[in-house]
Amino acid sequence: MTVLNPAGWRPELGDRIPAALEAPETVTGNRALHLEEPLLFEVGRMDHCGVDFDDVPGSPLAGLALRAAPVDLPGLSEPEAVRHYTRLSRQNYAIDLGPFPLGSCTMKHNPRLDEKVARMPGFADVHPLQPVGTVQGALKVIDELADWLVKLTGMAAVAMTPKAGAHGELCGLLAIRAALDARGDKREVILVPESAHGTNPATAAFAGFQVEAIPATDDGRVDTAALIGKLGPHVAGVMITNPNTCGLFERDLKTIADAVHAAGGYVYCDGANFNAIVGRVRPGDLGVDAMHINLHKTFSTPHGGGGPGAGPVVLSDALAPFAPLPVVKPGSDGMLRLVEEADSAAEAPEAFGRMCAFHGQMGMFSRALAYILSHGADGLAQASGDAVLNANYVLRRLEHVLHAPFAAAGPCMHEALFSDDGFADGFATLDLAKGLIDEGYHPMTVYFPLVVHGAMLVEPTETESKAGLDQFIMAMESLGARAKAGDPALKSAPHFAPRRRVDETRAARKPRLVWSA
Amino acid sequence: MPPMSRGFDTMRYLPLSDRDRGEMLATIGAPDIDALFADVPAAARLSGPIAGLPGHASEMAVERHMARLSAESLTAGQVPFFLGAGAYRHHVPATVDHLIQRGEFLTAYTPYQPEIAQGTLQVLFEFQTQVARLFGTDVANASLYDGSTACWEAIAMAGRITRRSKAVLSGGLHPHYVGTAQTMARFTGDTLVTAKPEVSAQADDEALIAAIDAETSCVLVQYPDVLGRIPDLNRIAAAAQAQGALLIAVVTEPVALGLIESPGTLGADIVVGEGQSLGVGLQFGGPYLGLFGCREKYVRQMPGRLCGETVDADGKRAFVLTLSTREQHIRREKATSNICTNSGLCALAFSIHLSLLGGEGLARMARASHLRAVQAATALAALPGVAVVNASYVNEFAITLPRPAAEVVDALAARRVLGGVALSRLVPGQADLTHVLLVATSELTTDEDIAALCAALAEVLA
Repeated sequence: MTVLNPAGWRPELGDRIPAALEAPETVTGNRALHLEEPLLFEVGRMDHCGVDFDDVPGSPLAGLALRAAPVDLPGLSEPEAVRHYTRLSRQNYAIDLGPFPLGSCTMKHNPRLDEKVARMPGFADVHPLQPVGTVQGALKVIDELADWLVKLTGMAAVAMTPKAGAHGELCGLLAIRAALDARGDKREVILVPESAHGTNPATAAFAGFQVEAIPATDDGRVDTAALIGKLGPHVAGVMITNPNTCGLFERDLKTIADAVHAAGGYVYCDGANFNAIVGRVRPGDLGVDAMHINLHKTFSTPHGGGGPGAGPVVLSDALAPFAPLPVVKPGSDGMLRLVEEADSAAEAPEAFGRMCAFHGQMGMFSRALAYILSHGADGLAQASGDAVLNANYVLRRLEHVLHAPFAAAGPCMHEALFSDDGFADGFATLDLAKGLIDEGYHPMTVYFPLVVHGAMLVEPTETESKAGLDQFIMAMESLGARAKAGDPALKSAPHFAPRRRVDETRAARKPRLVWSA
Repeated sequence: MPPMSRGFDTMRYLPLSDRDRGEMLATIGAPDIDALFADVPAAARLSGPIAGLPGHASEMAVERHMARLSAESLTAGQVPFFLGAGAYRHHVPATVDHLIQRGEFLTAYTPYQPEIAQGTLQVLFEFQTQVARLFGTDVANASLYDGSTACWEAIAMAGRITRRSKAVLSGGLHPHYVGTAQTMARFTGDTLVTAKPEVSAQADDEALIAAIDAETSCVLVQYPDVLGRIPDLNRIAAAAQAQGALLIAVVTEPVALGLIESPGTLGADIVVGEGQSLGVGLQFGGPYLGLFGCREKYVRQMPGRLCGETVDADGKRAFVLTLSTREQHIRREKATSNICTNSGLCALAFSIHLSLLGGEGLARMARASHLRAVQAATALAALPGVAVVNASYVNEFAITLPRPAAEVVDALAARRVLGGVALSRLVPGQADLTHVLLVATSELTTDEDIAALCAALAEVLA
């Protein structure tokens, strides 16, 4: 094998992890570039401030009850603030540092053009309630992105306001509820496969539905016969993830959709994995009635350490009239309009209402549009193709090292699924994941989907190079061998991260959620 | 946009070359990439790029296109600007945007692997503490989508705590927040008692208190309210709690809390809000930042992510997401919420901005914003036919005009003044509200801005 990183990787060590060096303690607790950083409340001071204000003449309104004392918050001067947050940032792993193969989460390169575009003042420095004639630039971004989303999915319309994937699921289910209400149909059950994201059953419950689980087949797909057997006049619809959380395409989705429609229900597709098929397959051709698109996955808006996301929902002809407010529409004068509460009775009489204040995640729309325009229809198809190619490459290179439950059934889509089958007694998926941290990687998704024991879901994405994948595979081969051999050093990994394994039980037993002296 | 004449193998975001692809396909044993899509029914597989959509474009071409679109908006920074009503334009120090663009923050995931996510986790712990102190609550979560969705989450949480399903919403609550709650209540079966905003110098706390009964799970009061008035939270809290109901205070302008008492200190059981005015910016309405604080005894009923302090295997202080047995990825249909995100990067921006300010800086910022409001209100009240509605306000107030406010707003915009928000845009079809304009100021407002607003308004009303 080629030495990919001759400066940092020592082939003579083979599969053996170097023992932690006997390093001396330091007075500060720092270790060169590993810098410990106290809490804001330990370094900040009540009399420090990093912002100055121009003097404003006048005195407060007579009779206004002023607070007794300033809010008890310490301040930092600007240099202290820069250092505090820069030091903290260095304790994070990030896609900018290396591969982040979190299955179902789609951690791919975040183009910096998109950051620049999002900060253009015509999108970033406009108020949501300005007269619509003054926000045409922002509305055009929404309109152009909406047009792309509709055409890429082959659907009739798109609701742009949902603020994240789970909010999009809620939007889709509320549209289904509204459509059922409109025909006076009181269906209460949503069918959800066992392999679904936890958000699916949670959303169905949040929207007032009862949830019934659908089993998976031995080849990692929805049990079509079981699903069809459950259909009936009480079933409002199904929620299906396609490609599914095992990284496989649900071959029967069209058959299922036809059966659901024949039984009077609707098909919700969880679009979390749309990045695997974008530009190649249109969910509208598979009978889907509603699907959210995680702009932070398929269209690479940054994850930001846990949000914000954006979850526009494409809708079929059957559900489009029920889309929430507001709606962007072309006006007669060539300008774009916003249909809000004032016009909804006339122009969107069946809209199910408003899901949030204002018009959705503008800052994510501008980023996603820049990403989509950069790729174009051809580049998006190449991106999904490369994502699937990378995942299959990982699957085939590692299936002899790690148990891959569905590998024999054919190619995977954008993510490769492995299990902990064959690990030494007492060794689990978590140990391999923590070992990956020491090798300089963010772990894959672990223990999900629930239908596979000790699941490890690896999503390389299209933005990893072949050389980068080869090195990752080498690390995985080593870790797989160590987990099977029962290497105790793996059990106590990570050894080289800013922190060793943390005590989650202690955190939950007596929660300490805010700082106190 | 015109396509560029180059092949995919140089597409700037895709590192695989055609040679790489060939080698990898050989390893896999597939003839081409299309073969990897064999599980897709042939009828659903597209044979080429989708018709009607353009091909890939260079970075410079995309930037040019987006810059042209951006130029079609009249931006807040270009003109005298007085809009509020749930989104406020404040000075954001340059440091904030620089720090949130550090790749280790920007391109990290949810901190599910705490050993390599202490940066994000410590920020969340600090953020929770800042929010709790700002709101005067015992605890706060790691944020929700925005103020309006946080508001519904609070109603749902009060329902779980009290096992009642009737919420009483003040007429001063932002109409979009009311609308969001109405959408959800329509499907969950909760009862919402609502009122339209009344145009009066003081919010009608009496009417609100009269609507509370033994079936009421919670009372929602915006503080300051949508007209900028400051309701008497102490009194409403006592009235609600006497009936076994919770008081939920809603803060859409957290900067105001630099000047007036925190809602938790005044008796609110749950405090939710919109954090956008610190660090986040206008962004045409999103992404924003849902703030959520409450009493400690309710923590296990809270929605959303929570970060807690613990130790690692070496005994060093560490932070970790905790109490996740409330959440959807563990509890599925029994979770406290379906939410699977927090507004992480916006929370970071908020936290950095508030760290730079400290309590003293926030007080100065609120005072400057307030003094500009006093100055603007005084100047506007001097115009013929214009009257200030409020007896009290911090940095937003309502005025009545001799003409419909929506027309006036458009006429001001034609004169390149963004003069406020017509209440009728938020609450259409109410004759007594059509002449009400909401006007907000901040430390960014200048003498010239106020003079320009008054001059333009005088012209429009002449």
